[in-house]
Amino acid sequence: MSSYLQLSGVNKTFGNFTALGHIDLEIEKGEFVTFLGPSGSGKTTTLMVIAGFEDATRGEITVDGQSLSHLAPQERNIGIVFQNYALFPHKTAAENVYFPLQMRKVGKKAGLKKAEEMLELVGLSGFAHRLPKELSGGQQQRVALARALVFEPDLLLLDEPLGALDKNLREQMQIEIKRIQKRLGVTTIFVTHDQTEAMSMSDRIVVFSDGAIEQADAPLEIYHRPATRFVADFIGESNLLPATITDAGTRRATSPVLGDVTFGAEGCPQVSDGQTVDLLIRPEHLKLSRDPKEGRQNAQMQIETIVNYGDNAVVIGHASDQQIRVRVPGADVVILKEGDTCHFSWTEDAVFVLTE
Amino acid sequence: MGFKLSTLPDRQNIWPWLLLAPLAIYLALFFLVPLVEVGIMSVTEPPPGLANYERVLTGSLYRKVFLNTFGTALLVTVCCLLVGYPLAYLMSTVSKRAAMAILLLITMSFWTSFLVRTYAWMVLLGNNGPVIWLMQTLGIQDPPPLLFTRFSSTLAMVHILAPYMIMNIYTVMQKIDPSLIRSAESMGAYGRSLFRHVYLPLTAPGIANGSVLVFVICLGFYVTPVLLGSPREQMAAGLIGNQIEQFLAFGLGSAMAIVLLVVTLIILGLYHRRFGLDKLYG
Ligand SMILES: Nc1ncnc2c1ncn2[C@@H]1O[C@H](COP(=O)(O)OP(=O)(O)OP(=O)(O)O)[C@@H](O)[C@H]1O
Ligand SMILES: [Mg+2]
Repeated sequence: MSSYLQLSGVNKTFGNFTALGHIDLEIEKGEFVTFLGPSGSGKTTTLMVIAGFEDATRGEITVDGQSLSHLAPQERNIGIVFQNYALFPHKTAAENVYFPLQMRKVGKKAGLKKAEEMLELVGLSGFAHRLPKELSGGQQQRVALARALVFEPDLLLLDEPLGALDKNLREQMQIEIKRIQKRLGVTTIFVTHDQTEAMSMSDRIVVFSDGAIEQADAPLEIYHRPATRFVADFIGESNLLPATITDAGTRRATSPVLGDVTFGAEGCPQVSDGQTVDLLIRPEHLKLSRDPKEGRQNAQMQIETIVNYGDNAVVIGHASDQQIRVRVPGADVVILKEGDTCHFSWTEDAVFVLTE
Repeated sequence: MGFKLSTLPDRQNIWPWLLLAPLAIYLALFFLVPLVEVGIMSVTEPPPGLANYERVLTGSLYRKVFLNTFGTALLVTVCCLLVGYPLAYLMSTVSKRAAMAILLLITMSFWTSFLVRTYAWMVLLGNNGPVIWLMQTLGIQDPPPLLFTRFSSTLAMVHILAPYMIMNIYTVMQKIDPSLIRSAESMGAYGRSLFRHVYLPLTAPGIANGSVLVFVICLGFYVTPVLLGSPREQMAAGLIGNQIEQFLAFGLGSAMAIVLLVVTLIILGLYHRRFGLDKLYG
């Protein structure tokens, strides 16, 4: 059985510029998938190809086994929320939400009733008769969401819908969108720049880079077992240290910075003796101490900067020209001074190997 | 950084006014003073009183001319809209460069004196002109006269006034957010309903601006209808000219001018209440 939404070998070029290389992606029905990646990596282009506003140069898209290739945007039954909401300024909130029903020849009375129910679901019951300009950014956002959902679309596409909101409202809307999506069970693709947003909302994260998918996996999988250096670097904070495998059998490698290291995080890729790799250790898996710690692997570094966040702090130091970041509990930071030399230590299951 | 006007409380309002003074004096001297004079003449010549207004508002000739004036202005406005809307739409859809080329063509004709353009139409539509010649060559026995008809004056006025309409509508069309159109399409709106429910309402302010501007200018149009139009279907400005030049009826002409002015102001006032007059300047 194939997946609900399937992109097979989708390629998109603008003139001789390749915006999307070769996208293969499968999304299950009801899944909440986030597209994450740097600016210009092809997230919006992928959405536009799915929505039918751009034609794929090559490749095929199917929903529920049906090819979308020959369907106009109007025929695809896809709900879209644009970054600037794209509400019709001359229509009230209710009329905006009624619009897709109106286009489907639903009568005014029944349609407006359904629109108001939808507005209620997004928490805007009292605002049906307001024009968009009489609504706050967050409220406009909700109207746009209601409008994209009211016609029971097969897919919901959201392109950085929270980009224009302030931090508090953003978090509130994240929870709200997630709640509504779960309730309606609509298959959703959510584009964002914000990795914490992606982490907290998604069933799966698709990491884009340069018009290609680097990795598509569950948030924790992406965090703990990144497929490539790019993903390790892009998601969360990381220490990436070049190393050479000395004995693949006993999982040993040697690194100019760390010395001899045993690696053993779950799910490390296959390696062979003599292979050059990168070792990934997340800052929160390192510990700082004056003296080497018994039972852990140790190396030395000199502290350069301490960035205090209150409940925790990031200590940035260097060991043989390589920058090392260590996240320590806030209470520990008082005994540390910039310029000090200290030891940092880790256990073997914190060391992940990257081959790509 | 330098000299800040806003920190000088007493003088802060003087500078802009000082800069505006030459223009204000010019307008007062050459516009306001004659206008007041016209107003005074309308109630003093020849007898003091409102007799002139009585004649203008009740006389059948004047009523006919005013009705004709409004009818013509309306017709010209509608024609400008029919010509201007598709052209503005074309400009907003083609590439930037092509749009600039069209804009240049329009403004080029816009900058040509309308007296020149009026004479150009006289040449084109005259009895020995190319249009009549073409009709004759195509075998039309007695081509209808084109010049000195309602047709010729309307055509020329549409030609002269259409740029106002086009510019106003184009400005609004250009500002329409393309994601509004895309979002409408994603919700199932096709060409005709997309136009009716989304595009037309979004461009309505441009239509309103252009129409008011064209209508109001047309109400006071003098040269073109006088030179190209039918003498039997005079417009108000032409009749005012006649009264003053031929019959030396300064009072009557002035009264007509004031009535025309008041009607224009009422239209602008209504427009202002609905949309805000500042929108007229784009
Ligand atoms: N219509 C177009 N013509 C030419 N190039 C385009 C067009 N649309 C997108 N591109 C290019 O394709 C690449 C991918 O763009 P896209 O908008 O998909 O990026 P994105 O991942 O959404 O970025 P952002 O996070 O900034 O929104 C960019 O380099 C962009 O310049
Ligand atoms: Mg984008």
